[in-house]
Amino acid sequence: MKKSLSTVQKMWLGLGALALASPVGIILPAQLKAGSAWGEWSPGELEQRLGFLPQGMKKLAELWQAPLPDYAFKGWDILGLNMQSLGYLASALIGITVIAALMLLLGKIGLKD
Amino acid sequence: MHIPDGYLSPQTYLPFYAFIIPYLALASKKVKRSLRSRHAPLMALGAAFSFVIMMFNIPIPGGTTGHAVGGVIVAILLGPWAASIAVSVALIVQALLFGDGGITALGANCFNMAVVIPFVGYYSYKLFAGSSEITAPRRWMAGAVAGYLGINAAALLAGIEFGIQPLIASAPDGRPLYAPYSLAVALPAMALEHLLLFGLIEALVTALVIRYLQKADRELLTIYGGDR
Repeated sequence: MKKSLSTVQKMWLGLGALALASPVGIILPAQLKAGSAWGEWSPGELEQRLGFLPQGMKKLAELWQAPLPDYAFKGWDILGLNMQSLGYLASALIGITVIAALMLLLGKIGLKD
Repeated sequence: MHIPDGYLSPQTYLPFYAFIIPYLALASKKVKRSLRSRHAPLMALGAAFSFVIMMFNIPIPGGTTGHAVGGVIVAILLGPWAASIAVSVALIVQALLFGDGGITALGANCFNMAVVIPFVGYYSYKLFAGSSEITAPRRWMAGAVAGYLGINAAALLAGIEFGIQPLIASAPDGRPLYAPYSLAVALPAMALEHLLLFGLIEALVTALVIRYLQKADRELLTIYGGDR
């Protein structure tokens, strides 16, 4: 290696390490039996809590079907925590790539040299 | 803190959209004046960092989960306007690709996490850091306080947005049409979990990055010098 890494490059590596560790974000809540974030229940969960589903919510909740819902591949939720962790990790890498690409593009278009 | 679709009435989410679109246009103008194209990789890093730190759900055993947003450290490094853009891009991708946060609620979610967190965080940091040396311990402590205050301000707002829904929209039989819990339930629920736990995570993340940069590359702590 000719030149040592810059701080920004080191921070990208740190970000990569965070991405690799991201499955902790679903494993730890599963082990400690923690559920959804407050106010982020699915319509099904909310219906169980309340005994009914608010009428206005029904229409809005189905407005958008995300391709990787809850950072998971569709249908993998029955495969157990290990496979879900893999989906979560893949989602982290996909999200980082898409977001970084968008930001670099915006920066190149918008910012002056 | 990512409000899903269906929890906010149109009377709530439409005004937030009406605010956030011109706000982001203004933010782009401000960023063009304070940053240069060589800062683009750092903005990309900031947005990606915010995205990935939000994936670390911290559990309250037997209860709910929450997470840091990373918006305060991005605001300290690149300024609150740039942080607004970076966190908004993360939130938009979360909503569209991962269904985390609603499409209709995007305006409100961007307001809470991409406007309130960066601005409360950045100005708290300035206030508490004062004119201390860039390498002074007071800087990372100020960062911790700023992180704590920024995310708690946003959580409080989200609690209010949830809690006013039954007042705004109910069916003729009195049942709520959208988020069902009153202010008396929603506000303490959102506020307490962030005061007691998730706020400390944002404080820790902010302080750790400042401490690292104080040792590794203090120049990166002096990029944003206010609006020009």
